[in-house]
Amino acid sequence: MTPERVDPVADVLARAEALADDLDLRSVRAFKDAHPGALAVGHMPIYSPRPLFEALGCLPVAIFGGGDQLDIIRGDSYFQSYICHIPRSTIELGLSGRIATLDAMVFPSICDVIRNLGGMWKLLFPDRLSIYLDLPQNFDASIGGRFYAGELRRIARELESKGAKPLQAEALRQAIADENRRRECITALDALRHEDPSRVRASEAYTVVRAGAALTARAHADLIDEFVTAAKRRNVRHFDNVRVVLCGSFCEQPPLALIRSLEKAGCDIVDDDFQLGWRMIEGRMDVREGEDPVDTLARAYIEQGCPTASRYIADEVKGADLVARVRQLPADGVIFAAASFCDPALLDQPMLEAALRQQNIPFTSFKYAENTGQFQVIREQAGAFSDAVKLWGASA
Amino acid sequence: MTTTTTAAAATTDVSKDRSQARQKRMIADHFHKLEHAKETGKKVVYTFVPGNLTELIDALGMLPVLPEINALQSGMRKRSAEYIAEAEKAGHSEDVCTYVKCDIGMMKAGNIGPTGTRLPPPDLLLLSYTGCFTFMKWFELLKQEYNCPVVMLHVPYQADGVITNEMRQYIVDQLERVVIPAMENVAGKKLDMQELEKRLALSAKAEDDLVAVWESARHRPSPIDGYFGGVYYIGPIFSAFRGSEDAVHYYRELREEVTARMATGEGPVTPDGTTNEKFRIVVEGPPNWTHFYDFWRMFSREGATVVASTYTRVGGLYDLGFRHDSSKPLETLADYCLGCYTNMNLPSRIDLIERYIKSYDADGFLINSVKSCNSFSVGQLLVLRELEKRTGVPGGFVESDLVDPRYFGKANIDNRLQSYFQMLDAKKRKGAR
Amino acid sequence: MKCVVGIDLGSTTTKAVLLDERGSVIGQGITNSRSNYAVASAVARDEALTAARFTMLQRAFEEEQRLGAVETQTLLERLSACFRLEVYLAQLEQLGHEMSRLLAGEQYGRHRAETDAPARDILAECVRDAHLFFVPGARRRSDFFRDLAGAAFMAGAERRAREGQVVFERIVALFDRAIFDVETWLMNVEFATLLSRALDRAMPEVVTDAGRGETRKDIKAIVDRVATIPIEESSYVGTGYGRQTLPFPKEAVRSEILCHGRGAHRVFSGTRSVLDIGGQDTKALQVDDSGMVTSFQMNDRCAAGCGRYLGYIADELNIGLHELGPLALQSTKVVKINSTCTVFAGAELRERLSLGQRREDILAALHRSIVTRAMSLVARSGGIRNEFTFTGGVCKNPMATKVLSELIAEHYGSDIVINAHPDSIYMGALGAALFALDDLEAGRARLLPA
Repeated sequence: MTPERVDPVADVLARAEALADDLDLRSVRAFKDAHPGALAVGHMPIYSPRPLFEALGCLPVAIFGGGDQLDIIRGDSYFQSYICHIPRSTIELGLSGRIATLDAMVFPSICDVIRNLGGMWKLLFPDRLSIYLDLPQNFDASIGGRFYAGELRRIARELESKGAKPLQAEALRQAIADENRRRECITALDALRHEDPSRVRASEAYTVVRAGAALTARAHADLIDEFVTAAKRRNVRHFDNVRVVLCGSFCEQPPLALIRSLEKAGCDIVDDDFQLGWRMIEGRMDVREGEDPVDTLARAYIEQGCPTASRYIADEVKGADLVARVRQLPADGVIFAAASFCDPALLDQPMLEAALRQQNIPFTSFKYAENTGQFQVIREQAGAFSDAVKLWGASA
Repeated sequence: MTTTTTAAAATTDVSKDRSQARQKRMIADHFHKLEHAKETGKKVVYTFVPGNLTELIDALGMLPVLPEINALQSGMRKRSAEYIAEAEKAGHSEDVCTYVKCDIGMMKAGNIGPTGTRLPPPDLLLLSYTGCFTFMKWFELLKQEYNCPVVMLHVPYQADGVITNEMRQYIVDQLERVVIPAMENVAGKKLDMQELEKRLALSAKAEDDLVAVWESARHRPSPIDGYFGGVYYIGPIFSAFRGSEDAVHYYRELREEVTARMATGEGPVTPDGTTNEKFRIVVEGPPNWTHFYDFWRMFSREGATVVASTYTRVGGLYDLGFRHDSSKPLETLADYCLGCYTNMNLPSRIDLIERYIKSYDADGFLINSVKSCNSFSVGQLLVLRELEKRTGVPGGFVESDLVDPRYFGKANIDNRLQSYFQMLDAKKRKGAR
Repeated sequence: MKCVVGIDLGSTTTKAVLLDERGSVIGQGITNSRSNYAVASAVARDEALTAARFTMLQRAFEEEQRLGAVETQTLLERLSACFRLEVYLAQLEQLGHEMSRLLAGEQYGRHRAETDAPARDILAECVRDAHLFFVPGARRRSDFFRDLAGAAFMAGAERRAREGQVVFERIVALFDRAIFDVETWLMNVEFATLLSRALDRAMPEVVTDAGRGETRKDIKAIVDRVATIPIEESSYVGTGYGRQTLPFPKEAVRSEILCHGRGAHRVFSGTRSVLDIGGQDTKALQVDDSGMVTSFQMNDRCAAGCGRYLGYIADELNIGLHELGPLALQSTKVVKINSTCTVFAGAELRERLSLGQRREDILAALHRSIVTRAMSLVARSGGIRNEFTFTGGVCKNPMATKVLSELIAEHYGSDIVINAHPDSIYMGALGAALFALDDLEAGRARLLPA
């Protein structure tokens, strides 16, 4: 095989896949072995302030449930049928010992399922920390910002009491800088996708981003960088696909095969909210002169946090952000992909649809579970959507 | 029959109706005011039961409307199925909370409330974000429909089972700098703190009597049903009337009636009349509203009285000691919101139910797992196992919904409940031998 | 003799179990459930009574020892088969009456003549061929009249329809209406009469003429005696759900969950955990050492995790339900099935077949999926304690039991004893009968309305 025939991203992508599939958290144990005394802090979707954990000498580990690779035996016995799937697989990961290496688990305030899961965690794993992250719904810096900064400090204290390194401003400033760099790399990756989705497929970007779950910001930035560089060297084949924004998949993730199915069905996902936490803060976090970096983190969330279902709309217009993105990318339409029973995604959807309708932006929607096994129906639906948009454009 | 007994009986007969009659009048009054809100210039505030700031609303001369209560009323009056269908037709998912869909559907059908009169649109949506994620979406939806101001009060979650100063301060800050100013803006006047304090003091009085009513269930037989009967008792304290003189009278009268029943050893009035208390049950979870009486009958038929329930604490947990404290008006409002049942963490909820089972000497506990409500429902299977482990008392588990009749499988629920009561019966017999 | 009765009105079949006063099972009966619940109960009870009499016959023959052991068994088998034949013939006769009655009615009008003759012909064929269902070694799909007569009648109707003699739909409609009435008709022919006719058929086959006249007379005497021994029902309990009302007074009803637990425990006294995967629902129970249920969980809303799921799969593959297990056992490769939803079972199956996966492998995965769901329910109800009893139609599926054993060993250890019983379908009625015995002993017995 001649060198030019080998896809330049093949190697880095393979490494990314291995990391993304690491449900047993082998890499986390390796990190802990290499850094004795370091704690591993798991965090559920959507967003957690990873720089805080890194500054405390902890390894943040993003948990997205068990996906489609996990047989659920015990997890199902804790949840009634009308509850989404991610808590089942997360409990399964916990009870099966796969994530026993996590010393703490953070549960952000995104919905009542994750909220109550935190309580279940306290009962099922009393020897491990279960920490609730109550993200503010008031966006006044001196009210919500103050409260949130207090939350961050409280979490730091809890982790310190479990053996984490005491929080130092310098360490946090460094961690924020690392996070800024990782954020820039993701932005570069996204820019490549927006420009030419054939060059970076959504499923590939997904894997590269997901690979960062148990990496430090630095290591992740390096990985993304490597991928972006390689992707620029690729020979690309173009597909006659429509450009879509995918919305609603910020917590329980669809199987990778589903994302690929959408692509094969004629939809290039040029933007999405998969694993939204990585992109939650828009732009750089700048530590101001004389500012406590904890306050920087708090301020960043308040001022630069992106709109999503679990964040109160306040005075913004629902759907304005989505419309703006569609116009700017540009995209031809929107796919709403919500996990079954997902309150945030499903309750938000009618409002977002109304905003799109007003702007004559076509959309389609379906539900999935993280372990959905067959995509026939979704493929057909996405295919039909793609065709309709190509034929009739805005009136599809 | 001696004269004293006759007199006592007479008093009981008369007083039995008094609190009920008062409540009827209070409700009718309230809806009358709502109906004429526009003419009288009264401003209307829509808000939620958990974390309801009734004293504040009333102190500013405004009228509260509680969409949750409208929804449950629609359920009881058999209107909810069509309302939900309307909402689903309009694109709302089958997976989401049926209170919301019922409300949306009711709105689309002209917003005719439970008393048959049109409900006024909101002048303000007071988004008391307490104990339930869906509340946020509900009012975002209503904001789109009504295009009126919304004010958010973020009540932090008691994740560790404690109220911290930071949590309290956050709420007080919001009240002072966001919520009250927004309300004043709509009301067209400034808040007179004394008016608020006055009402808070009245609330505390009523709360004392309410707790006495709850705790009467310790008596054998229990003079009240703390769940089915209980939902009628919480009306005044959880909705438009807390902080009013009327509410104080209501709970005083109710307490007297209940005390009188204790003296004569009567049980609560049920759809099957006054039954013999055979089983004492603690119930966790909201009731089903569309088949409320059918569900009640499945209990009363078997002589099962509910001695305590968690649902009747969603608008405030008073039996653990909380009272509105007029000397610290904003702090007390904060503590009130923070202490609502659905804002408690799962371990605390289990502790509470365990406490109820023990202190009310229950034979068993039952969980009504409701499809719509993730706040209540997620974790209930763990609650079931934990409580059985801790108390040794059998737990029953049924599944239904708030107001979507499609999710109340009468035969299935009947089967499960009958089996559960027969199980309790067999256990009792075995214990007796 | 005195007995107590337990009746279980299930969604597909109605079962009855008779116990003597000491609590031994003397008879069990089963019939297909039908819209008239009182009749279904009565028919099931009659079947159980029949079985009881055969039990008594067995005992009588063993005591009197007029025949050798093998001959006794053969005679009893043939007698039983011939009895069934007599019942079947009586029902066919009734079917004939019903069809005539219907044909005389107005709705047949001008079609009467053209339907009447073929209907009689088909019926005559059924009568003529009836004995074929009951010859030694014959395999019947079931003993239910509807199944036997239905198959025979349809075959005759199809043939004649093909030959243009009759309009298929019309004659089938006639049959459907008529059989409905037959099922609601309680046989008014005496048990003793039928048994006597059956003996007349069976005797010559087993006890041949040559010089055994005395033996035959003795046997006839035994049979006549046993056929008329009064059996007094002193107590009964009914169970079943999904009905508006059961045809029993409230005091005579016990929850089918409790009956099931009791019955399972009676058959396997070491039972502490029970899993019942029925056609329409699945239940997981914990019982104490006296067979009383201490906790339970039901899946009564979702087809996935119930037998119905397998039914859909069998339909999709166009094979018989009983073929699923054996086919799945031939799997050689592990395939992952993710969606457990019955609605998508068909789609998932088709997709995988089109991807080239083998039927056997997909089936194995589907079995694993349904059993895993059932295991979840078991975990919810409190897990598995020794011994574990597996009941319900699905327990006859060898793949299901294999997967179940594996999962139990994996999650609860290999010390767990797993019980399964071919007659587990009677466990609910057995439990009900035990409750009936309790009632009798406690002086609060109820009697089945005449």
